[in-house]
Formats: sequence, C-alpha cells, structure tokens
Amino acid sequence: MISTIKRFFNTFLLIELLKGLAVTGRHLFARKITIQYPDERTPQSPRFRGLHAQRRYANGEERCIACKLCEAVCPAMAITIESAQRADGTRRTTRYDIDLTKCIFCGFCEEACPVDAIVETRIFEYHGERRGDLYYTKAMLLAVGDQYEAQIAADRAADAKYR
Amino acid sequence: MPLITIDDQQIEIAAGSTVMDAARAAGIYIPHFCYHKKLSIAASCRMCLIEVEKAPKPLPACATPVTDGMVVRSYSAKAVEAQKGVMEFLLINHPLDCPICDQGGECQLQDIAVGYGGVASRYAEAKRVVKEKDLGPLVATDMTRCIHCSRCVRFGQEIAGIMELGMPGRGEHTEVMPFLEHHVSSELSGNVIDLCPVGALTSKPFRFSARSWEMARRKGISPHDGLGSNLALQVKDNRVMRVTPVDNEAINECWLADRDRFSYQALNSAERLTRPMVKDGGRWVEVDWPKAMAFAAGALKVIRDTHGASAIGFIASPHQTVEELYLFQKLARALGCENIDSRIDRVDFSGRRDGVEWLGMAVTDLNKLDRVLLVASTVRKEQPLIAQRLRQAVKKGAQVNVVHCADDDLLCSVANKLIARPSDLVNILAQVAKAVGADIDGLSDVVVSDAARAMAASLKSGEKKAVLLGAVAQQHPAASELHVLAQAIAKATGATLGFLVDSANAVGAGVVGCRPRQGGLNAAAMFVAPKKAYVILGAEPELDAADSAVAHQALAGAELVIALSPFKTAGADYAQVMLPVAAYAETAGSYVNMEGRLQSWCAAIPPQGEARTAWKVLRVLGNQFGLAGFDQDSAEQVLAEALPEGEATVRARLNNEIADVTVAHLNAAAGIERLGDTAVYQLDAYSRRAPALQVTVDGQVGHAAMACGALIARLGLSEDKPVKVRQSDAEVVFKLMRDDRLPDNVVRLAGGLAAAVQLGPRFGPISLEKM
Repeated sequence: MISTIKRFFNTFLLIELLKGLAVTGRHLFARKITIQYPDERTPQSPRFRGLHAQRRYANGEERCIACKLCEAVCPAMAITIESAQRADGTRRTTRYDIDLTKCIFCGFCEEACPVDAIVETRIFEYHGERRGDLYYTKAMLLAVGDQYEAQIAADRAADAKYR
Repeated sequence: MPLITIDDQQIEIAAGSTVMDAARAAGIYIPHFCYHKKLSIAASCRMCLIEVEKAPKPLPACATPVTDGMVVRSYSAKAVEAQKGVMEFLLINHPLDCPICDQGGECQLQDIAVGYGGVASRYAEAKRVVKEKDLGPLVATDMTRCIHCSRCVRFGQEIAGIMELGMPGRGEHTEVMPFLEHHVSSELSGNVIDLCPVGALTSKPFRFSARSWEMARRKGISPHDGLGSNLALQVKDNRVMRVTPVDNEAINECWLADRDRFSYQALNSAERLTRPMVKDGGRWVEVDWPKAMAFAAGALKVIRDTHGASAIGFIASPHQTVEELYLFQKLARALGCENIDSRIDRVDFSGRRDGVEWLGMAVTDLNKLDRVLLVASTVRKEQPLIAQRLRQAVKKGAQVNVVHCADDDLLCSVANKLIARPSDLVNILAQVAKAVGADIDGLSDVVVSDAARAMAASLKSGEKKAVLLGAVAQQHPAASELHVLAQAIAKATGATLGFLVDSANAVGAGVVGCRPRQGGLNAAAMFVAPKKAYVILGAEPELDAADSAVAHQALAGAELVIALSPFKTAGADYAQVMLPVAAYAETAGSYVNMEGRLQSWCAAIPPQGEARTAWKVLRVLGNQFGLAGFDQDSAEQVLAEALPEGEATVRARLNNEIADVTVAHLNAAAGIERLGDTAVYQLDAYSRRAPALQVTVDGQVGHAAMACGALIARLGLSEDKPVKVRQSDAEVVFKLMRDDRLPDNVVRLAGGLAAAVQLGPRFGPISLEKM
C-alpha cells in the first residue's frame, strides 16, 4: 500500500527527472576533461608503450647483441632477426625488423631484452602511407633511438626503482 | 644381480654397474655434467651427488657401484642440498653471458641451474677469466665458460685416440688447452662441440648464426663415407644451419666425423646451380626447364640416331640416392645403352664378381673382432668412425695388422705392419697369403719375410677375424689381385672378407644395377675409348676418376655432355647442358650403407632456386623419349620398384667373392711412384665445397705433395717449398711436404684435386723437380 503511494508521488512530481537534471547540471559547471588533440595532449606514463626504438651506448656502439630473446618472446611474431659474427668478433644482428602492423605493443620484447636495446618509446603518432611503410628495419629503429635517446634514458631512469 | 632401490623404485641391475646406470635404466634423471655414457668415469663435476642410506656423506651416482640392497634417494633433502651447493660452486666462475652464448637454449648448465640451483648467487667477488685457445677452424672456444668436466679431454684419449686437449693446472688455475699450442686436427674433433655441456666449445662455422630454438631438426643420412651416419639437419628458413648426430648404436653411435658434420656448408655454397643452363656458342645461358629438357633430350636423340646408343656413356656418382641411380640406369638401358657405371675411381675390373662388394658383416661386429688385417686403407681419413670402432676393438685386445703404402698413424697399437710402395703391394700381400698357407696359384716365387710370417701367426690365432680392403686396395691398378689374395687369406684363416666401402651409396648403386652388363663398358673404359656423348649424374669425373687427365680429355672432346649436378662448377667447362638437381638434404631418398642397411629419409629443405629432385628430372627425361615405365609419383614408388623387397633385395645381391684372377704383378716397378689416395676432404662434390673443412690441417695437407725425408734429400729438394710434379707429360706445381711415414720412392699426391687434373692416374710413375 505504502509503496504504491510512494511510486505515485515520485512519478507525479518528476523526482527522477530532476535527479537526472541535477547530474547534468553538476557536469555543466564542472572542469572539462576533453582534450583538444592535437592542440592539447594527455599526460603520458614513463611506461608508455609506443613506437619501438633500438638504443646505443654512449660511445655509439649499438646495444643489441642478437640474443633473439625478443624474437622468441614476441606473441605476434612481429620480429625477424638474423645474426652473424662481426669483424671484431662480437655477436651482432645483420637484420632486425619489426613489422608494426603485426605488433600488439605488449612490451614483452622490452622486458625480455637483457641489454635494454629494444625499447618502446612514447611516440604513438607515426603513420605509413604505403604498404610496407610500417615495416621497420634496424636502421630505422636505430634512427628512432638516436633521436629520442634523452627521453628514453629519462623514462628508464624514472621507472628503474620499480623494475 | 644386485637389487637396489632408487627413489622407492626397485631395480635389478648387473653387478659392477653404477648407481647412474641403474637410474638411467629406471628412467630416473640425476643431474650430471662430466658423466657421458660413452666415456670413462671422471666424477669431477660432483653434480650427481645422491644420498645413499648408511653412507655418511652424499655420493656421486656416476662413480658409486651398486651393491645389493642399496637404498638411494636422488631428491631427498640431503641430496638436494648437496646438488644446490655444487651448482653454486659451478656458477661462481661461470660468466653470465648466456644471451651471446651459442649454447644458450641447449645448455646443460642453464637447464640444471634452473632445475637444481639456488635462486640467487652469494658470490660477489671477481670472476675468473681464461685466455682464449685456438683450436683450429672448426671449434670455437670461450674457455672462461669451461666448468672442467673434462669430457673433451677424455673424448680425445678414449674415442679419437689422440689426446689433443689436456687439462693442466690445479684448482682455479685449471684450464683446458691444446698441447703445445697445436691446432686440434683430429678427423673427429667436431664431437667435442656436442660433448661440451656448456658453451666453452662451440661450432665455428655456425657461430652466432642461429639459436637452438629457431631450428627444426630433420633427419638425414651422411652422403660421404659408406657408413651412412645418421644426421640431424638443423633447418631455419629453409637453410641448413648446422648438422648434429642422431644416436644410432648400430652405425655412428653418438658420434660424427667432421666431414659429416661440416659438409652442409656446401648446400649454401655460392657455386650452387639454381637454374638450368645451356651452352650457346661457348657462353652459358640460363634457360627455363622445358627448354633445357627439350634441348637435352633432343641432342641426346641425335647422338643415338647417328652414332647408336653405345656411343653414349652414363656416369653416376656413388653418392647419389638409390632412387636416382635406379632411374638413371633404367633410362640408360631403355635407350639401349649398357655403358653405365658408378665406380669412377676404379681401374681394375678384371675377374668374375657375382655380387656387390660390402663390409661382409654388421658394423657393430667390428668392435668384437679379435684379429684384423687392414689392406691398403687410410682408414682414419677414409672411415673416421670405423677407425674409432677398430680402436675400441684394440682396447679389448684385438690385434690389427696393416698392409699399406704408407705407415699412417692409426692412433692405436698395430700388431704387425708391412709397408711398401703401391707397385709392391701385391707382393707383400702375397707374402702374407703364402705365410698363412692360402690356397692360391702363382705364389711359388714369393719370398716370405719375417714380418709377413708374424702377421700370418697373428691372423691364425684368435676367434673373430676380418680381412678388410680399403679404398687404396679398391682403386689400385691391381685391385682384383689384391681382392683375390685377401679372399684367399680370409679363407685360410677363417676370417670374413670385407670392403670398407668409401662412398655413401656404392653398395646401393651396385644393387640397383648401375654396373655395365653384357656388352657394356665400365667407367674407366668409357674414358679410355671416348664416347660421343656423356650423361653425368652428380659426379665430377675429372676429379673423381682413376685417371683424371684421360677423363677430362674424353669429356672435353665429347659432342654432348649433359651434367645433372647441384653445382655449376661441376662440368662448366665441358658440358653443353647443366640441369640443377637437388642436393642430399633437399631430396627424399635412400642410401644403402656398407653393411647393406637401407636408410631412407625425407627432404629437409626444398631444392635451391629452380633445382628439382634428380629422380624427377630423370623421370621427365624418360618421358621426353616417350619411354614406358617412367611414371612414378614419389620417391617411395621409385624405391619400391628398385628394391621390391627392401633390404632383403639388397642382401640377396651382396657377395664379396671373386674368381678368374691370376696373381701376376709380383714385382715392384722401379723409380718414384705416386700414391693417389683420396684426400679426406676431397671425397665428393659436397666435402670439396665446404670452406671450413678445406682450411683444416687435413684439408691443407690434402693439397700438397708428400714425400719422405730421404727422398727429398736425395732429389736435392727442400720441404715446405713449391716443387714441380711431373707425371705423364703434364707438369704442375705443388707444395712439397715431408712425411717420414711414407716409404722411399713414393710421392703421396691425393686424387680428386682440381689442381692435379692434368697429372693423370692416381698410381704410377711420377717425378719431382726443383723449381
């Protein structure tokens, strides 16, 4: 009996509608969270997993030692590596390709790397215009690394204590 | 038999066995590094410590003999603690460089550290670093990784027969090293790569090129000597990256000769023929298959129609598969030609042979022999793993007697030896035959020496005996006489007569009929009386033939040479058509080894480029001629046709008997003569094209002329200098090397060398002149 009366007044006085309007009203005057990309950017975590890069040591020597652990761990089989002995006797890649159209950006390659050679950067705004543009070779990956080394190093340092 | 309990499992095992043997029999794994089933017990790694009831301390399973009622626990708290402790000690000095180590992923130390080691290391002090050692072109070293299990050292002592590696120093200063900074030059040296449980010894040609987990292991059979070693061809991206052995106790046990292990390099050689080629006005032009086949068949038809089928010669390499050889001879015979042979390196075909020559016994029987007579065999280089088996027999008390043209070191004790010049070989074997009282005519003038008498005495004693004819005996100008003498000796002493068959499928070739029958010419005759046309399957007759100069002339003078080969350099200068065929790992096929065992395999990788499997090429050639019986769809069908009852068909055709031979060449020739045995890495088209093998000590020595010091001094020559070698009318410059194991007046200059083609026969007069 009581509940029937309650329902009658709720419906008659449009209580639920006013409740909904209150939410709308609150959001109307609250601070907006929409980002006007590309004029505005969201903040990124140092762990952001974007475009891959190959790093070098400070003396210019490439880090990668062709251990192929990233290739083995890659769940999308996006990495192709060929290795050989370089003239100085060290183990090096003769080919290091990542097919970014296959990559699922899981970050396993970075995790598997014993020398922090392959890393994922904060870059997510890359594109390709032709088929094959997103097939990154060793030279392209090293170029990315060379260009963003300062940021990459800073991100690794920021995350180091949690690793 | 003692009854012991391991981990609550009761096992009865022969007295004298170790706990490790019992555990292996029961299928219980006890971690170990230094223990190896084929090597002696060292108990140096201590990884296999186990708890034995009533023993105060953990004991090493590999060195603890079983006793009745023994109770063993391999994973009790005490055993696990001991194993963990040992693992921690082993890792103290082991570098953490798994990511760049070729053993990574197939490393016993890695696996056992994960399974039986601790979580972290407590060792924070400096690690030991060991200087690199140079072990030659086949074995790469990273000696810092060595854990001193001494398997490689024991392998040298016990299996290879030569202790090339040693372990001087004590404690932390222990290092495995080659003695006196010599290279490791044993023909079995590659086995230390498999034996090394860590990445201290790895393969140099393979170095850093792939990871163990990327490669598929596919079965194959070695295409070199007649043993038919079982191979695991490790394939990545349709490329054979390396070769490892597959255990087969009846054939190669767990070993491989270096030739079997490293010849895969030839598969990836730049000399591979990948498209059919036709010579057009003296220039090679690449054409497509239909054109090449039409040209080959058309040209062959013209020769047959104008000169008759007997103007064609069919030459096959004995390293080709049963299927290929069967279709090859079928094609020849369907065309009406009986000139077909695969015995390219033979000269003496006299006498009546009823079957195909073979080992005469099972390969495993070689280990059980009491007395052996080795006739003219450079066994270590010809048959590295047979030599290993004979070495094991000698260890058990067998007496090896050697009749040869060079006093080669067999790396085991030799009871008696008779070393003579090639032309004197029949005479010395006749002496042995006379001394054992063999029933054979023509020996009345033979004077028996004391050494021959001693050898006869040795051969007359003992139970299980064998007379084994090596490659030199088979290639010798008086091969039939040596054969008949060996047969007589075997009969008089109750020994088995056997042939150390030197090519992978020589037995198979004989069984499927790659031999001339009535009215046909053998290989040597086909070159002596040149034919108008030749069809060559896989062979390089100018290198393989008994008389390379004559063979080369005959081929160069022929109107038509059709070469079916995996390599473009084979036949480039004399062929008119080159058809690319698949190499041994690229085709399904079968080999019959020297004991008559039929072994088939599937293709491990597809043929390179446009190459096709040889049996298909031959089948299509048959179709081009419109011949019946060339409609097989698979290698299995061809095999079923070639050997309807498989191994039984093979066995029915094996027979070492020879008749109708008179022993005549009992007097040695005067002057200097050539000993042209096949160099170990010049045996076939594959081993010739493996760069790593060619730069080994054996590979280098194979390219030099060798003579004893006395001969060098008498001729006023100097060793290690170039010298003019003159044979027939030809003259070639070779490096002269000294080998005092050769008898006087003998120059050893291997057959099968590209540089020696003009010189001619492998045996016969030769002269050396100063430059």
